[in-house]
Amino acid sequence: MSTLDISPAKPLPPPRPPSRLRRILDSDIFWSWTQSPVAVGATVVALTLILVALFAPLIAPYDPFNPATLTLMDGFTPPASKSAFSDNWFLMGADHQARDVLSTIMYGSRVSLFVGVMATLFAIVLGMGLGLAAGYSGGMVDAVIMRIADIQLSFPAILIALLIFGVAKGILPANQQESLAIWVLILAIGLANWAQFARTVRGATMVEREKDYVAAARIMGVHPVLILFRHILPNVLGPVLVIGTIGLALAIIEEATLSFLGVGVPPTQPSLGTLIRIGQQFMFSGEWWILFFPAVTLVLLALSVNLLGDWLRDALNPKLR
Amino acid sequence: MTEPLLSVRGLTVEFPTRHGILTAVEDISFDIMPGEVLGMVGESGAGKSMTGNAIIGLIEAPGRIARGEVWLNGQRIDSLPPEAMRAIRGRRIGMIFQDPLTSLNPLYRISDQLIETIRTHLPLSQDAARKRAIGLLDDVGIPDAARRIDDYPHQFSGGMRQRVVIALALCAEPDLVIADEPTTALDVSVQAQIIDVMKELCAERGAAILLVTHDMGVIAETADRVAVMYAGRLAEVGPVRDVILAARHPYTAGLMGAIPRLGENLVRLNQIPGAMPRLSAIPPGCPFNPRCPRVMDHCRSHRPALSPIEPARKVACWLYPEVTEA
Amino acid sequence: MLAFIIRRLAQSALVMLFVALIAFVIFRYVGDPISSMVGVETRLEDREIMRERLGLNDPVIVQFARFIGNALQGEFGISYRLQQPVTELILSRLPATIELAFASALIALVVGVVLGVYTALNPRGYFSSGIMAVSLIGVSLPTFLIGIGLIYLFAVELGWLPSNGRGEVVDLGWWRTGLLTESGLRSLILPAITLSLFQLTLIMRLVRAEMLEVMRTEYIRFAKARGLTRRAINFGHALKNTMIPVITITGLQLGSVIAFAIVTESVFQWPGVGSLFVTSVRDVDVPVMAAYLMFIALIFVLINLVVDLLYFVVDPRLRAGKGH
Repeated sequence: MSTLDISPAKPLPPPRPPSRLRRILDSDIFWSWTQSPVAVGATVVALTLILVALFAPLIAPYDPFNPATLTLMDGFTPPASKSAFSDNWFLMGADHQARDVLSTIMYGSRVSLFVGVMATLFAIVLGMGLGLAAGYSGGMVDAVIMRIADIQLSFPAILIALLIFGVAKGILPANQQESLAIWVLILAIGLANWAQFARTVRGATMVEREKDYVAAARIMGVHPVLILFRHILPNVLGPVLVIGTIGLALAIIEEATLSFLGVGVPPTQPSLGTLIRIGQQFMFSGEWWILFFPAVTLVLLALSVNLLGDWLRDALNPKLR
Repeated sequence: MTEPLLSVRGLTVEFPTRHGILTAVEDISFDIMPGEVLGMVGESGAGKSMTGNAIIGLIEAPGRIARGEVWLNGQRIDSLPPEAMRAIRGRRIGMIFQDPLTSLNPLYRISDQLIETIRTHLPLSQDAARKRAIGLLDDVGIPDAARRIDDYPHQFSGGMRQRVVIALALCAEPDLVIADEPTTALDVSVQAQIIDVMKELCAERGAAILLVTHDMGVIAETADRVAVMYAGRLAEVGPVRDVILAARHPYTAGLMGAIPRLGENLVRLNQIPGAMPRLSAIPPGCPFNPRCPRVMDHCRSHRPALSPIEPARKVACWLYPEVTEA
Repeated sequence: MLAFIIRRLAQSALVMLFVALIAFVIFRYVGDPISSMVGVETRLEDREIMRERLGLNDPVIVQFARFIGNALQGEFGISYRLQQPVTELILSRLPATIELAFASALIALVVGVVLGVYTALNPRGYFSSGIMAVSLIGVSLPTFLIGIGLIYLFAVELGWLPSNGRGEVVDLGWWRTGLLTESGLRSLILPAITLSLFQLTLIMRLVRAEMLEVMRTEYIRFAKARGLTRRAINFGHALKNTMIPVITITGLQLGSVIAFAIVTESVFQWPGVGSLFVTSVRDVDVPVMAAYLMFIALIFVLINLVVDLLYFVVDPRLRAGKGH
């Protein structure tokens, strides 16, 4: 039968307005940021907590880890009240060792953030390196790296981190365990989280590798490392930033969980997780503030970073917009 | 004169969007007589499928029927409560979808889908429904129907699946079948067979067909009358033969000009310049005026209504003095 | 189909071998197996004799083969800390973890599917938006904090439920269950909820996304055009198609639930394998760590296999289709 198709008079795609073309990525993202109250709120909360942690030694009302400044009788002073035995006043109360809870939180956030950021950076560097290698070289290298990533991703990160922590503890000499604990923790959390980055970077690399300009560079004899850095790396930074932000929230939670389980940072350098572990002991006896305030801080920190990551993912992914 | 089976009056379908309300179908009216085949033709996005969906009450939110009425056998059906409308779908109006590969549920056996539909509408036992289902598959030309009925959709070819879709549309003996581009997704070699099966079965059962397509060839061979849509409006309605041989609306004429014909010393095939406007940018006056070879000043500011110019023919174009303003 | 199963089995064996290698390395090289078995006063010569007798001087590959041979017989050595065979230790604590994990998986699956279907069918409702917002906050909260919060509310403030332990257990000989006593069941509630929340959110979001996807398909529109009832469409056609990916993920999540139990068990002092693992990490009890790793890997691999087989049962395209 003769088909007389009248449909193909397809309209041309509408021309893009030039202003949008000229608009650089940053301003686009910034605009979408101003449009999202959740993102603005999360940024404010996260920034506040980060600044407080950074400047803890300057702004903390007490130095909670200097025994000389502690008056043991101040222990268990409730929030927003003056100690019955000294002139010390505690906004968030004092704990069983007479430490100011607010000050321990400020110093604790420092430890939590430090471990979280360092572990995430470690995971990014490791994951990106292996992901680029796997995606660019393909073949056996790719197969081995991605199989290991697959296996690891099917286990919860906390299990991996615990295992690595246990192994490190078994290997390190006993007298150095305390001083190296933070670095072991960073290593454990970083190793537990690299696979996600590797998977994303590998995917993006494989897409970029097939493009003509990369092929051209390869034919011209440009060194693979240079190709990776100049052409491929910039294209994977967006997704890495998104996973990195969400990964930071995860790393903070993982650190808190490990410290809560008593296998994390040493008690002399308490993180938020350690403080919660301590506070939990006083939950039944009524001194709720020792537990409550560190818990709220941890929730705010993890939630705000996570919401930021969520927003970033939507903002950078034009498909969802 | 008999009463029309389906009567659409002033139907308007709107989609509220961030940028204002888009009108996908505006003020269209037409009738379908019992047993008649009405072809509805137009470019993609002209609103043909939307019209079919509006009649059967399946406009997806946030779209809605803003104005107009749809009457089936003297009963108004556009304002029925959902449950009453559901009972009409499948029972009195059957629908055939475009792509047989996606319109059957891959996880259900053919028998399950047929029997479920039959028993939803007819008071039959499981066994009686199954017998009826096998009979239907036989009718649509599926060989060895009694055995194949328990197969899953993926075990059939595209053409065979479209036969199953036709069986599903007809399984409760509807008075009207809306066929939305029933052959577009099929191989050219099976298109004619599917159209034949559909037309024959509907004729046997006395069911009317609203055949929505952009394929003039299918319309010419199948339909009794044709309705031409452009930018959400009806441009012309009339008997197929008359419209093909003597189009009245310049748009229809353009369509027909694109059909090569023997015995005419046409220098080249006629193509309509430009493209159909987007729904958000329909020009004032006659929507076709920017592309029309016979455009007049009047066309740019006044919108023509679909008006009768001859017995059984209607057109919306200022070239004809009988045409009134919309 | 048979070829597919064989390929899956081979893959699983490879994964197990890989995990076994890691477990072996931990088992063999973290700490000194001899010094954890004997006292400080044992002489160097005696240690060397023991070393020889235990085969610690054999080539690594022989030791690895012996490790796998032992593992296949369920032999993982003696716990340094508790001086008990590791396998016995794990088996005695397994019922507690399995009961907890299944209770949580059940809660997560039932509530997750119900909420997911509800939010998909009423995407614009206030209740739906509320659930979605809460679920976003829910995934950002550390599990142990949720546990502490529940303990504070239901055990400390309201005093309705116990805060730790398993309550009274009944010994069935090979299985000590807490499901047969009232205190056992009451003790199960809080940890099971805590453990389920994360998976619950996952399942809910997955069901919602899949169902929204399915509701947009042509076959659902065709089902509507045929006048099928809302119930037949929503809970027959749509739900059945939604459940295929949900089954995979939920199945795979069961393994995660058992592994995630590490944290929940510690918060509620639940006497399962998870808390055993945490204490063994804290005390560097290497045989327990290695055995736990193998045990969790085995569970993951088994669950993966079962999920693959389930796929065949549910999806006729795979069952009848050639190849995969």
